[in-house]
Amino acid sequence: MTDATDIKLKQQSGLGEFWYYFTRSKGAVIGLFVFALVVLIAIFAPLISPHMPDVQNQSMILQPPAWMNGGNGAFLLGTDAVGRDILSRLIYGSRFSLFIGVVVVAIAVASGVIIGLIAGYVGGWLDAAIMRVMDVILAFPSLLLALVLVAILGPGLMNAMIAIALVDLPHFVRLTRAAVMTEKNKDYVVGSRVAGAGWARLMFITILPNCLAPLIVQATLAFSAAILDAAALGFLGMGAQPPTPEWGTMLAEAREFIQRAWWVVTFPGLAILITVLAINLMGDGLRDALDPKLKRS
Amino acid sequence: MFSFILRRLGLLIPTFIGVTFVAFLFIRLLPGDPIIAMAGERGVTPQRYQELVQQFGFDKPMLLQYFDYLRGVLHGDLGTSITTKRPVLAEFRNLFPATLELSICAIILAVALGIPAGVIAAVKRGSWVDQALMGTALVGYSMPIFWWGLLLIIFFSGYLGWTPVSGRISLMYFFPPVTGFMLIDSVISGQKGAFLSAASHLILPSIVLATIPLAVIARQTRSAMLEVLGEDYVRTARSKGLAPFRVIGIHALRNALIPVVTTIGLQIGVLMAGAILTETIFSWPGVGKWMVDAVFKRDYPVVQGGLLLIAGIIMIVNLLVDVAYGFINPRVRK
Repeated sequence: MTDATDIKLKQQSGLGEFWYYFTRSKGAVIGLFVFALVVLIAIFAPLISPHMPDVQNQSMILQPPAWMNGGNGAFLLGTDAVGRDILSRLIYGSRFSLFIGVVVVAIAVASGVIIGLIAGYVGGWLDAAIMRVMDVILAFPSLLLALVLVAILGPGLMNAMIAIALVDLPHFVRLTRAAVMTEKNKDYVVGSRVAGAGWARLMFITILPNCLAPLIVQATLAFSAAILDAAALGFLGMGAQPPTPEWGTMLAEAREFIQRAWWVVTFPGLAILITVLAINLMGDGLRDALDPKLKRS
Repeated sequence: MFSFILRRLGLLIPTFIGVTFVAFLFIRLLPGDPIIAMAGERGVTPQRYQELVQQFGFDKPMLLQYFDYLRGVLHGDLGTSITTKRPVLAEFRNLFPATLELSICAIILAVALGIPAGVIAAVKRGSWVDQALMGTALVGYSMPIFWWGLLLIIFFSGYLGWTPVSGRISLMYFFPPVTGFMLIDSVISGQKGAFLSAASHLILPSIVLATIPLAVIARQTRSAMLEVLGEDYVRTARSKGLAPFRVIGIHALRNALIPVVTTIGLQIGVLMAGAILTETIFSWPGVGKWMVDAVFKRDYPVVQGGLLLIAGIIMIVNLLVDVAYGFINPRVRK
């Protein structure tokens, strides 16, 4: 790096520096762009969707995409087995996927950070007990545990989200705990304690902001994993229930037509892949921008 | 080293107790009366209801029920399937080889492609080769594998007609299981074409199940190689004039593989989660499909037993990985 860039960097704010490193990765920028597009599609779904997602058109069953022989211009990506427009269902489905990501990450981060802070800050038997419980959760394959939890709670989108959040919880607890344990004996924390700060202030205001970098990266990964897991549960019939236009549920409904109508299977999966890929590209960029070790490499 | 293994084992005991507790609680957490929940639409006669209450010990205090359950588990009694009336452990033993065979093929595929891909990407860092390989790896990592499986079926089974859609072997062949591994049993049977049929049934499920571990291994190998390639001893090896193949293949890769071995071991959880989806798509008669079917049939003793057995296997594999890591890298034994 040249001296001039160095000086320029030093003058920038923390956010500016972060943005500089983030935009150095082309993939991250593409990921951010695609993700922003998905968010816009979700927000403006009623405006851009050509049809209503649940309107059945019995005379238009399993219509191929518009560019194929027998395709119909009114149904760009074709129709499903009950004549619903696939494009409209995908557009509305983006709302569910983003909603799932947001809710799962919010539940997992909020509870994971609090539990991790307590474990790392208090230590002793409470820490040991919390970590053993997390070990137990981690001993099960995530999808299996989520599947079993949904079997207990009952199939449905909300229960699937709670189950996935619970399965994600240990990652946030472990990360927060590890970060808190490195930070809690540093001078600025000790100084704050000597100055009379209470435990809540020490935990949430003094220590937590300094542990955020790995948590942000993990939250991004959890966001994409939540979309995949919820789609998998939907595919297995344990997530969102038909006729919800959730992408995984759409795939489950489409399974029996794979041999004669490839489009009902291809497009929902492609939507999942593109969204998850965009978020993972962003996650890689965030990790590079937030991890000081990698910045120098 | 011995004390290191003992310490690891010591950590495993509370986790094992926790896992048994989760499996124990599972049936008792079902909303409403667990026996009515298990019976579902099938219904249950008052006499059968009483039998089941006694079988599960629901009439005893909770703590006593748990100790009874734990004693049963330690004696290999994991309950009886409601639908087949056979012991859960016996069913698991019958089906596990199918999952193991599929998982072994998948992990071999993932390692055989993932490690070279990671090494090449690291050596050609920043080039288009690196970008293409790592781009592909990220696509694999982001792949909804249940969809990937359906796409492969559409193309290879439907369009090209190259591979079968489901099952482990063509119905033309029948032979009693010896090892439980279809590839080996088909050879033992001596029936002409049986091995090829078993192998062709394995191809697509293995590719699907290998996808995510392959991507993870390739990414991990690349970053481990990059770290090692910057080390002094690699520079020394290069400056001695050793051939690039020797420097990368022997000096760098051997050290870079240490964290990769751990990553490979940790893929067991990913494989088991993947097996649930892969086996469902390909109607592969393994424990993943067994568990999904049990959830749908409300065969809760199977779900409970399967949960415990799968978690147990993952815990043992993780312990072995830890111990192997301790052998390779003495620093972690402290």
